[in-house]
Amino acid sequence: MNPVQASRGAAIDLEAISKAYGGFKALDGVSLRIEPGEFMTLLGPSGSGKTTTLNVIAGFTDVTSGKLLVGEKSVVGVPAHKRNIGVVFQHYALFPHMSVGRNVAYPLTLRGVDKATREARVARALDMVKMGDFAHRYPSELSGGQQQRVALARAIVFDPPLLLMDEPLGALDKKLREWLQLEIKRIHRELGTTFVYVTHDQEEALMLSDRIAVFNRGRIEQVGTGRQLYDEPATLFVGRFIGDSTVLRGEARSDGNSTALSIAGETVTAPRKLSGEASPVMLLRPEKLSLRRPGQSASGGNRLSGTIGEAIYLGSESKYEVKLADGSAAIVRSPLTGESFGLGDKVELCFDGSDATLLADDASADTTLT
Amino acid sequence: MEMKPLTRVLLGLVCLLVAIWLVAPTLVVVPMSFNENKSLAFPPQGFSWQWYQNFATNPDWSNAFLNSLKVASIVAVLATVLGTLAAFGLDRMKARPANLLRMLMLTPMVVPGVVLAIGIYAVYLDTQLVGTLIGFVLAHTILALPFVLIAVSASLEVFDRRLETAAASLGAGALTTFRTVTLPLIAPGVLSGLLFAFATSFDEIVVSLFITNPYLKTLPVQIFASITRDADPTVAAVGTILLFATTILIGGGMLLLGRERKGRP
Repeated sequence: MNPVQASRGAAIDLEAISKAYGGFKALDGVSLRIEPGEFMTLLGPSGSGKTTTLNVIAGFTDVTSGKLLVGEKSVVGVPAHKRNIGVVFQHYALFPHMSVGRNVAYPLTLRGVDKATREARVARALDMVKMGDFAHRYPSELSGGQQQRVALARAIVFDPPLLLMDEPLGALDKKLREWLQLEIKRIHRELGTTFVYVTHDQEEALMLSDRIAVFNRGRIEQVGTGRQLYDEPATLFVGRFIGDSTVLRGEARSDGNSTALSIAGETVTAPRKLSGEASPVMLLRPEKLSLRRPGQSASGGNRLSGTIGEAIYLGSESKYEVKLADGSAAIVRSPLTGESFGLGDKVELCFDGSDATLLADDASADTTLT
Repeated sequence: MEMKPLTRVLLGLVCLLVAIWLVAPTLVVVPMSFNENKSLAFPPQGFSWQWYQNFATNPDWSNAFLNSLKVASIVAVLATVLGTLAAFGLDRMKARPANLLRMLMLTPMVVPGVVLAIGIYAVYLDTQLVGTLIGFVLAHTILALPFVLIAVSASLEVFDRRLETAAASLGAGALTTFRTVTLPLIAPGVLSGLLFAFATSFDEIVVSLFITNPYLKTLPVQIFASITRDADPTVAAVGTILLFATTILIGGGMLLLGRERKGRP
């Protein structure tokens, strides 16, 4: 191990990684390229394979098949302690019998760094996470947020080219979490290290990441920037997992270049066609939908009639849940400046067909989400 | 729930009686050790230090004491090393075989001492281990091992294994992790195991009676021989010394174990 490794990020290549426990496939052919210095988030519900992927990269779990390259070198079969990868755990994992200073110095001591250099680097790492005054405290004397910052310092003090974080903020309350998210973003910028971050919280993923890989049932459904995932979800699962969404299902008819769905007697159309045999559904984001009182004159576009099932005041806007004729629910966000509706009001749900994303129906997307 | 004053007083009295009943026979030894006459009478007559003097100067007694000290020290170290390794290994094994093995290793605590003694004696006769230091050490280690196993297993039970994963991610191999993370954190259990092992060997009598000979006697054997031959109050003096020594040792062990259970500060 080189103790004075340059602090540049390493690229990671996962090639068709599979991991089976008996008959259960925790990972099923996961391929992903993470660029040097990138902030990549592995996002998905619990049991989707995101943490297994992280454990595979860290070397805590061996793979059943597939290739894994860190910094263009294969690390399959290399034990965890020889990979030189920093890891931050959800449960902090600070050594309770060591002071904060000795915890952070631990990886440097193992690498035979001399005392003077060690002290300087420990101080620098603790300063970076704003824990410089706590070197003599013990982990049990710190709050959860403080412990996690120390754990972060310990994971970066030896300048690993790659830092893995496994739901590091999962055990903290919302305010603290949001503040630490900003800190993590800042530290990523300052270090230039490749970060791989595991979370089930899509807001956290959107806030932190350069790119997000969405996991479901041991596979990657889609990789992209937050905007790509939100605006152009590749699967129904991704569309539903990222942000709020309304899914319209109905009897589908495709002709030429457009698709029509017939929902409880009403028909909506979108100027697109789904390739393949799967039956299409329309996915709409709340801000692309608008509400109108029935009978109000309107320009073209699609309309569906429904009633307000829930009206939620959110400060800057209102969120409505609209019950449609077929029993499904639509989520609409509208600014407070517009007309407001009450519970039970009859409304018309309007949208432009070009704002609808056409996706292949996937009943399993509902079951894995709930 | 609040207790009525009368209930409280009654409860206190009962507890006191039980405590006296448990401790009194042991404490009787203390005044007897200062007896002026050469008899084990109670209550004692007069006051003298002569039996303590006899213990220190009579080679029968001092040799037996040194033998016990030697055997117990070696047993403590041996049983602690073996017991700690066993506890560690069992902790990392699959549950079913581990439980079977654990039960097997705990049998010396359950099997009647006499039965064990007969078995050991039979084997020792064939292998000429009767009355040897190594014979005593091996026999006592068998008896002391379960205490170490229990104490260390209790520590491992509360040890967070995820710390070992963290250590690995920071660059520590398996041995370094054990030395720098696992061992320091289970040290209270190991230490209390060491104390129990020492105490077990130091006052072991049943097996020792079988495997002793005139050339090698441990202190409990010498006490037994002395009291069956003549009513020498030196026995009471030795008993008093042992009483205080073991109280301090076991008390220390219990304190360490208790602190481990409660978790560290």
